[in-house]
Amino acid sequence: MRALRALVARDLALAARVGGSGALSLVFFLMIVALVPFALGPDLNLLSRIGPAILWLAAVLSTLIGLDRLFQADEEDGSLDLMTGSPAPLEGVVLAKVLAHWLTTGLPLALASPLFGLLVALDGRAMAATALTLLVGTPALTFVGAVGAALTASIRRGGLILAVVVLPLMIPTLIFGVSASESALGGTVPFTTPLAILGALSLIAGVIGTLAAAAALRWSE
Amino acid sequence: MRLTAQDLAVRRSGRRIFSGLSFALGPGEALTITGRNGAGKSTLLAVLAGRLKPEAGTVTVAQVGEATLSECLHVVGHRDGLKSPLTAEENLAFARDLLGAPTASPRAALEELGLGHALRLPVAYLSAGQRRRVALARLLVCRRPLWLLDEPTAALDAASQDVLAGMMARHRAAGGLVIAATHQALGLADAQDLRIAAPAAPAAARSMAAADEVWW
Repeated sequence: MRALRALVARDLALAARVGGSGALSLVFFLMIVALVPFALGPDLNLLSRIGPAILWLAAVLSTLIGLDRLFQADEEDGSLDLMTGSPAPLEGVVLAKVLAHWLTTGLPLALASPLFGLLVALDGRAMAATALTLLVGTPALTFVGAVGAALTASIRRGGLILAVVVLPLMIPTLIFGVSASESALGGTVPFTTPLAILGALSLIAGVIGTLAAAAALRWSE
Repeated sequence: MRLTAQDLAVRRSGRRIFSGLSFALGPGEALTITGRNGAGKSTLLAVLAGRLKPEAGTVTVAQVGEATLSECLHVVGHRDGLKSPLTAEENLAFARDLLGAPTASPRAALEELGLGHALRLPVAYLSAGQRRRVALARLLVCRRPLWLLDEPTAALDAASQDVLAGMMARHRAAGGLVIAATHQALGLADAQDLRIAAPAAPAAARSMAAADEVWW
């Protein structure tokens, strides 16, 4: 437990120290969201209708930023060998690293999304709903991404392969994330139904992602 | 602890690196691994650390209680496991918390290696020799019975080599084991020597010999 706490603290310190990928993925998120109104034109009705989808799409893409370095950086400098020598199980190591990564990328993204919702003309209710779905759904994205990151840890330029491997697996999360945000705006489905499924997806991804990423790291050794 | 390796053989990407290596180490004993570049010294250390699976042969440990082999060892090699943005102290404190069984504080360990002044410096600012000394300080912050050192004196000055020799002597006096791949004398008194013989053939002949194996 002490080992895992130290690992989370170290990754948070690293993210803060080098500017980290957290801030970068937030800026990338902002970029995509800001580009959409330029592409579609100032049609506020259209923007507010597709706003949640844009935010979710941007969230999925910006999750990929920095994900390729999740295990690769530790693999390159030998820290990963240090971690496999720890009494803590490798699954715990993966869980701690993913948690730290989510705290520096997914969480800021969800918290900042109401602000970015302004750019796509979301009203207060839709903003709150989208932020909530991102909060519940981004852990699934990070855990799924961690599996890809573990698989490509020892590949020199694994970032693109990572995206190709991981993006299809993020589709279910995207579908339920967007449908939950939209059902908050009205419609026949109550808000909580897709939200509950989204939460379930995050929990499932948490279990499967942790085990699969640890297995991938062991296998690559 | 007691470490026994029996008939180890390793094959990587279809190429036989070495085969038939055996040795046994008891408490306080040391082993130096020598051989020309590319003979498989680092590979052997990787097998002992559990990062590579041998093709044949076994590595067994005894007298360590319930710990597994990878929980009994320190590795200091070319990839030093240090994070450049973090200070030397943070790196060592992290290693201590991660590996458990703390013995010395990061400050005491660094001072032992003559790097007390670098405690608060990011590792990125240190020279290659200083980085290596920070990595070696990890040996002191938590106790593990087996030290696997891959060319530990690389980039070290003469004074630091003496400090390292002293560290290894004390570790062995306390019943620890040292296995070092090296090209230089490390000051290890009465250490066993394991020489990994070259697969004999020069490159051209080897590719002929390998023609009957399928690899590309």
